[in-house]
Amino acid sequence: MKNIDSNTHVSGTSVYLDDIPLIGGTLFGAVFSSPVAHGVIRELILDDAMLVPGVVRIFTAADIPGQNEIGGIIKDEPLLADHHVHFCGMPVAFVVAHTREAARAAVKKIRVHIDPLPVITDPRDAQARGELIIPPRTFTQGDIDNAWRQCTHIFDGSADINGQEHLYIETQGAYVIPQENNSLRIYSSTQGPTAVQRAVTSVLGQPMHRFEVIVTRLGGGFGGKEDQANTWAALCALAAWLLKKPVKYALHRMEDMAMTGKRHPYAADFKIGLDNDYKIIAYEVSFFQNAGASADLSPAVMARTLFHCTNSYFVPHVKATAWCCRTNLPPNTAFRGFGGPQGMYVIEAAIAKAAHSLHVDAAVIQKKNLIETGQGFPYGQTAKSEALTCWEKAEALYNPDNLRKVVSTYNKEHKLHKKGIAFMPVCFGISFTNTMMNNARSLVHVYSDGSVCISTGAVEMGQGVNTKILQVAAHTLAIAPERIKLNNTSTYTIANTSPSAASATADLNGKATLMACTAILERLKKVAADGLQVTVEDISLVNEQVLVKGTPSSWNWQQLVTSAFRQRVSLSEHAHYATPEIHFDEAKEKGHPFAYHVYGTAILEVTVDCLRGTYTIDTVQVVHDFGNSMNTDIDRGQIEGGIVQGIGWMTMEEVIYDRDGRLRSNALSTYKVPDIYSVPKTIAIDALQTTHDNLAVFRSKAVGEPPLMYGIGAWFALSNAIRAFQPNADIPFSTPITPEKVLMALYSKTTLETNQQHEETVSHLGIDL
Amino acid sequence: MLKFILNNEDVGTSLPPGMPLLDFIRYHQQLTGTKTGCNEGDCGACTILAGELQRGKLVYRSFTSCLMPLGNAHGKHIVTIEGINMLPALNPIQQSMVDNAATQCGFCTPGFVMSLAGFCLSTQPPTTENAITAIDGNICRCTGYKSIERAAAGVATLLAQRNQEEPAQFAAEQQILPAYFAGIKERLKRLILFLNGELAPPSGTTPRFMGGGTDLYVQQPEEIQEQPLQFLFNQDILKGITREDNRCVIGAACTVSDLLASPVMQAYFPALGNYISLISSTPIRNMATIAGNFVNASPIGDLTIFFLALEATLELSDGTATRTLPLRQLYKDYKKLDKRPEEYITRCWFELPGASTSFHFEKVSKRTNLDIASVNTAICITMQENLISTVRISAGGVGPIPTLLTDTAAFLEGKAPSGAVIKVACAIAQAEITPISDARGTAVYKRLLLEQLIKAHFITLFPSLKVELLL
Repeated sequence: MKNIDSNTHVSGTSVYLDDIPLIGGTLFGAVFSSPVAHGVIRELILDDAMLVPGVVRIFTAADIPGQNEIGGIIKDEPLLADHHVHFCGMPVAFVVAHTREAARAAVKKIRVHIDPLPVITDPRDAQARGELIIPPRTFTQGDIDNAWRQCTHIFDGSADINGQEHLYIETQGAYVIPQENNSLRIYSSTQGPTAVQRAVTSVLGQPMHRFEVIVTRLGGGFGGKEDQANTWAALCALAAWLLKKPVKYALHRMEDMAMTGKRHPYAADFKIGLDNDYKIIAYEVSFFQNAGASADLSPAVMARTLFHCTNSYFVPHVKATAWCCRTNLPPNTAFRGFGGPQGMYVIEAAIAKAAHSLHVDAAVIQKKNLIETGQGFPYGQTAKSEALTCWEKAEALYNPDNLRKVVSTYNKEHKLHKKGIAFMPVCFGISFTNTMMNNARSLVHVYSDGSVCISTGAVEMGQGVNTKILQVAAHTLAIAPERIKLNNTSTYTIANTSPSAASATADLNGKATLMACTAILERLKKVAADGLQVTVEDISLVNEQVLVKGTPSSWNWQQLVTSAFRQRVSLSEHAHYATPEIHFDEAKEKGHPFAYHVYGTAILEVTVDCLRGTYTIDTVQVVHDFGNSMNTDIDRGQIEGGIVQGIGWMTMEEVIYDRDGRLRSNALSTYKVPDIYSVPKTIAIDALQTTHDNLAVFRSKAVGEPPLMYGIGAWFALSNAIRAFQPNADIPFSTPITPEKVLMALYSKTTLETNQQHEETVSHLGIDL
Repeated sequence: MLKFILNNEDVGTSLPPGMPLLDFIRYHQQLTGTKTGCNEGDCGACTILAGELQRGKLVYRSFTSCLMPLGNAHGKHIVTIEGINMLPALNPIQQSMVDNAATQCGFCTPGFVMSLAGFCLSTQPPTTENAITAIDGNICRCTGYKSIERAAAGVATLLAQRNQEEPAQFAAEQQILPAYFAGIKERLKRLILFLNGELAPPSGTTPRFMGGGTDLYVQQPEEIQEQPLQFLFNQDILKGITREDNRCVIGAACTVSDLLASPVMQAYFPALGNYISLISSTPIRNMATIAGNFVNASPIGDLTIFFLALEATLELSDGTATRTLPLRQLYKDYKKLDKRPEEYITRCWFELPGASTSFHFEKVSKRTNLDIASVNTAICITMQENLISTVRISAGGVGPIPTLLTDTAAFLEGKAPSGAVIKVACAIAQAEITPISDARGTAVYKRLLLEQLIKAHFITLFPSLKVELLL
């Protein structure tokens, strides 16, 4: 089944935030944000800006009737800077005008005097100065201190992992319309309608029930609109509340890039120990997470780094510590994978380092150490592993031995081009790591004409969650998909929702929908049983037909619904689903946090142009653990898209801040995401179909985040290709591996493994910014 | 008053001609299918088609409406996604996107559909490769493009039976696009007769010159809208690429796409298609003018680097008098030109390479396509016997202005291009450049990269060179 939004998407009739027809009298907002990364505001001069024709009012922290606070996990994030600014791009004032142009013109006229304070952009620097958002957390398994003695080979090193700009093509935004009785209708481009509702509640100091947050769909989210959508909604709500007028703010791309957080950069130190047989005995790792200026979702992201620090491997002795470091950058936030990819990159780097030093193919070490069913993860959960099954199926299908021969021959025959390959196994846990968030609700109405409307807390952002929910309902009620409509997401229909995140949205909301549909179905079956004078157990529904003991009766769906309605039987149900089995004890850092894991193996092949330092990603061949995919079109799309986004993160997507904390990669001309020519020529996906039971809806495992991490293999394949040209190349574990880093490595003279930073950026870029 | 055909309607507007077409479409016409993505022509979400009569033929090209002044729509047929809808049915382009699950969040989708519609309206041979070239300016963050590639291949098959028929007629007949496309040619003829003149700036003002807008709208989107503008993009007198004796003469308002389509250029630069594919994207190439690239004075302007090596000469006019100037003398310092504000480039020319002259262009950027160069360079080299008689090597991204490596050239002249000679030439080049560290790379990288690209020139042009001597 194709995505149910396909027809409106291709005809340009899907409605996104900026497409909502405006109410007469709508005003337009624009943010004035801090031009410096850290300092004390001495003076904010608004006079010139107020004189711009069309300006209605300029809001500052002083105008906030409730709390100047929008932090989700920790209350450490003001909506508007009050006395201090903590990052470049921190909102300081909100201009509201009759036109978009006037609001933006006024922003340019605002002046601020800020006494600068020292700027921290490096997480190691922040950690050294004690700038931590939460205390460090440590996951342990076995006895690390005594384990090193059992190791024949020990290697250590460090890694520098850059962030990633979400680059949803639809920028952030909100449109707030006052309603009667001191209520607001808030259209927001958010993955977390309830998070927006809470932020507005905090800022306006009013109860949650006054604020209806509505989301029809997002033009991409990827985690970037999980908590970071709160700011714009809260600003528009503040202005709409005080002015009693509709207020809209759809961000310009450069505003969006400058003011919003990204995937967290990490610095890491690792030490890995192996025995004679290349079994990993011990792994010790320290993560320095660059959280930015406030918590946002950083503590949760950091937790997932720890959860996934051993990726698909069983390591008997582990010590992993992570620091959540406060820096003067925009608060970094959720991004597909949520800290997991950074954790995985580091252990893959450790294995690559061991492999290189031992002159053995990294795949040998990787395969020997894949986690098996019954073995434990460092956080206490026991694996039900498909790791080796995926790996071996990939070997059987894609014949890597032959690929190695082809690559070796190619490398002998070509002086200017070299190929490299790498394996990338992935193991990703499904559930919010914060157990309390693993719940959802669905409201299903069957109307008297037999049509069905479903509301859930899920936000459709291209991942196809509404299509899957519709499939659940159509299957459960045994009716045609055309009878079912998915309602937009609203906090008035479904309350207290978890954000659409953690790959778990289809599972949670799908299960709730399954429960609601099942409850209605049971009532309808009783109506049918009474009407046909048989027992409920005899009744079943197939293709809109009521069957009695498997034989078609004279009743169909329509008659069934009509009868139920006449008999005053409820045709609506609101169901609540909470994931069973999961728990986690943060005091012990042990538990069973995930409903299940998703496994997979990718084999990547790349070619490097050794003259120019440029490269192509040739093939990505995957065996992926789907469980049992309920929608192969959507799931294939998630995997292809995830792989390309992961490759982008590892190769060309370079977030550049200068030493003053100013974003230099601040537009699409300076921040490059994959285009159609840069993607792998071939992406082959094979489904590992499993028959065991799992907690996924219809046993169709979550597919949103895990594939992104296959892209990590691109870094290692490129590194292998570089070494085919220059065996002693200096290749620091630094991401992304841009053409610049490739060229520098190809012609490096000695192995330093120091991570080179961009120098301060000066004035003449290719275009004026 | 600006007049054009918007989809199937004749529209006229007195809004400022400097307003971006995107804003007019979305916020004044409420046609919200065209999306705002990046406001700098880098994502393609705002792609529209512009149809115009060229020598009696109806020609459509894709443009990014965020960088297109309303003034450049004057006298054209502007097509948005709403203008190709045949709802409630989907047109076959849209159906191919749906069938291949080529849409996820959907925000970029109308742009892809429009680019593919542009492909259907072009005279390009209907191959999958050409269909993909048509969407090379569209960014999708969800799909990873593989499904879109499959959809594009499906669209190419729609055109297999077209032969010599005019694309718009064929598309209308085959119900690929709405039937009204069949009548556009006549409507445009009438519109142009009616307009019978050009869009003039207000009298008594000193207007700014506007070409394709692809740089100006990135750099000064707000300022542009409040200034008197002289539109050059649609002026026939500034168009055309012709051969005059052994010279090639190029009109200043020729676009990069015009360059690529030119039989003269194709004949003398067999690898032109490869070079041009490294320069921006299809819609930007459709809009960006040659003279615009010159006067933007970017240190890494691709065409500037291309034509510097060809020793192009410019002709400038202030409306009354003209003068000529070698391109290499145009740049005085970073973004400082030997050009008065009232002057604009009318045309440029260069000597066509003879049998003993070779040309090559190299460019490396963070992303191979649709990106600004870290370093770019071109070489034009003339051999006599086995020796270099003259050579010009241009280099961009290694100093405040696009530059010619004159010392390097002087060293090379009279020598045979051996590994040792090229290595010395690379060392001399290092003394001629002053790269800085920025978002496109560190200075040390740019130095190494230029050296590598100079080697790439020679390896490409002299296949008998032993490459290991150069690595």
